[in-house]
Amino acid sequence: MATPSIRMFRRLEGLFCVYKPSGVHWKLVRDTIETNLLKGLDAAPSQPLPQEVRFLAHPVSETEAPKGLALSAASVPVLSKHPLVTGPEFQHIRVGVGHRLDAFSSGVLVLAVGNGNKALNDFCRTRVTRGYTLEGEFGTATDDFSHTGRVVERSTYGHITQDKMDRVLAMLEGANQKALLMYSNVDMRSQEAYEMAVHGLLGPEGKSQPILTGLRCVHFQPPNFTLEVQCLNETQKYLRKVVHEIGLELRSTAACKGVRRTRDGPFTLQDALIHHHWTASDVIQAIRQYHSKKDQKYSHTQIKDPAFQSTEESTTTTRCNETGDEAAVGTIK
Amino acid sequence: MAMASSCTQLCLQCRSLLCSKTVANTWQYYTQVRHCIRVTRVPTKILDGSSIIKGNHVTNQARQMRKQQMFCYSDLAAKHLATEAKEDKDVETSRADVVAYKSPLLPIRDAVPEIQVSLDLDTAAEFSALEVISDEEAVSISVPSAMPPASTSLRDYVDQSETLSKLVQLGVNLWKLEQRPNVGSMLLRLNFNTDVAPRLLFLKEIGVEDSRFGYIITHNPFILTESLENLQSRVNYLKSKKFSSENVASMVSRAPYLLNFSVKRLDNRLGFYQQQLKLSASNTRNIVARLPRLLCGSLESVKDNLKVCEIELGFKENEIQHIVIAVPKVLTANKRKLIQIFDYLHNIMKVPHNLIAKFPQVLNTKYLRVRERHLFLEYLGKAQYDPTLPNYLSLDRLVSLPDEIFCTELALATLEDFYLFQKTL
Repeated sequence: MATPSIRMFRRLEGLFCVYKPSGVHWKLVRDTIETNLLKGLDAAPSQPLPQEVRFLAHPVSETEAPKGLALSAASVPVLSKHPLVTGPEFQHIRVGVGHRLDAFSSGVLVLAVGNGNKALNDFCRTRVTRGYTLEGEFGTATDDFSHTGRVVERSTYGHITQDKMDRVLAMLEGANQKALLMYSNVDMRSQEAYEMAVHGLLGPEGKSQPILTGLRCVHFQPPNFTLEVQCLNETQKYLRKVVHEIGLELRSTAACKGVRRTRDGPFTLQDALIHHHWTASDVIQAIRQYHSKKDQKYSHTQIKDPAFQSTEESTTTTRCNETGDEAAVGTIK
Repeated sequence: MAMASSCTQLCLQCRSLLCSKTVANTWQYYTQVRHCIRVTRVPTKILDGSSIIKGNHVTNQARQMRKQQMFCYSDLAAKHLATEAKEDKDVETSRADVVAYKSPLLPIRDAVPEIQVSLDLDTAAEFSALEVISDEEAVSISVPSAMPPASTSLRDYVDQSETLSKLVQLGVNLWKLEQRPNVGSMLLRLNFNTDVAPRLLFLKEIGVEDSRFGYIITHNPFILTESLENLQSRVNYLKSKKFSSENVASMVSRAPYLLNFSVKRLDNRLGFYQQQLKLSASNTRNIVARLPRLLCGSLESVKDNLKVCEIELGFKENEIQHIVIAVPKVLTANKRKLIQIFDYLHNIMKVPHNLIAKFPQVLNTKYLRVRERHLFLEYLGKAQYDPTLPNYLSLDRLVSLPDEIFCTELALATLEDFYLFQKTL
């Protein structure tokens, strides 16, 4: 028999993403989410206490009825099942964290609750690119490549132009493209490699060196510049190092002012929950959205005919919502 | 019965194995054993059953004579038994030996403990199970409840213990209490009428609301073991220090450990705050009444925080006094968080010391909250905290307003924009 909090927990299982603020460790984010979810689950109405029949003794005076039985049957609640005695129904929830973000960086962080951890494992194993925006500043070099580190070098940056910057970025992108081909483990002179390259499926299997698949300067106003990066198997420290190396390549120095992840696979900024919304109800909504999106994708791949797709799209979305609701209702039972 | 049959079996066995040589001896032994069985039956006072037993005994013997080939015993053990029986002339000792030796050897040894238990019950029990008893007697028979003698949880005792069930009805969180060492057994030893009720009445007398009882006992179960005179003397002490009775009641209900501290300790702490902060008596009373936790917690962290404010943050003495009177919580705040938020206010938002001392509430807020609001205002070009310049925003309004009002009144933007902006940080 499912209690309300178990039903609520069923609706919580799945993947969702949060927006991690910078300056906060990801473990703290995870723990906060777990605490908030537990709070939400405990707030769900508890089961009414089961009743049990007990014989209660009444204080009957001796003179009145010495022979009569001083007992009466009464139905009393079983206190050993009281929530104050048993404690909260859920004391731990499995909350898994996807690709990590270090304390300095901010952005989309994928989390999984309960059964969603299996999906999270699969998600981590698939080769998906992640998008970042890097903010850099010319003129200083620091020991940990971020602007808060100890300054080890200062330099001028007046000679840097957007043109020079683009040239360096193109060179870096080319080098990374070459690394991508090298790590993809297919013979480059084969039909298979050609087919994979056409579909954009070339890439490393599993672990590899960090590879930048796309690099673009979106904002250039010396000394500040902003880069947009898509990459595989990266760490945030590596990305800061990229900024540093761009500075060196431009005969200057650069430090990274911010690393912000804008996309982790299919999870984008739009789906991310900011820290005001890290509550059970918002997480349930986000997870329902994730499930409906997954169903939608599945039904779209079923429909092969592009002519039907536009007309069917509205109906499929409504149908998916219905099925999503039905699924939610199904778990309630 | 089982013992009798086992004895016969033993005899049979002896006879079957040793019949060629010591037939006469074993027969003698057999009669001895049978005699001893009769002897043991006499004190159990089942006289009318003895003939039946004997009859059974005989039939058993006959049956087992037919089955004697099926018994498989070690020769050595059987011989040992037989010789033992031969040598022993005394009936009682031979019986004891037989009983002692048969248990590891005989296939029907399962019956041995059974027969012993039943023999004990026969001698001990006064009533027969079939005797008719009256209703009064039936009620007076105490049925041992299913309470385990030892348990890791109070859950097993709640339904039986009056104290525990009353405490649950008061709203005490037993689950939290049982996790603390020794508290569970302490609670079980209490008697509701003599231990718990007088203290609750005392608390009610000094003005604590009924709804706070659960909170107080959940946090400090030891108030139930404190003597009433001690509690009364501590309340009297607080009143002698000119705390009003409402103040005492609210202090006790917010800081449950307050009444467990001796008068001397309370006096030391009040003195500490008054001297360290150089406050007047009424101001000391004021901050202690607002944050009674100050009297219960450790003084080391308070000293640390005062040093941090004075040396690391660079506040002057009168500024610290003002901050503490306005926000006593600064004294118990986390040192690291205090420094972090001051660093942001002073070095990034460029707020001078005197402004922070004027609005000490900002030291009590969350770092993230200040940061995101400041960055939003800065993005909109409205971050202006200097009271001498136009478009001044006061610091306490910056941190104390809820998000909706902050957006509409200070930032003049919508809440959605504010949330979207947070995703760009």
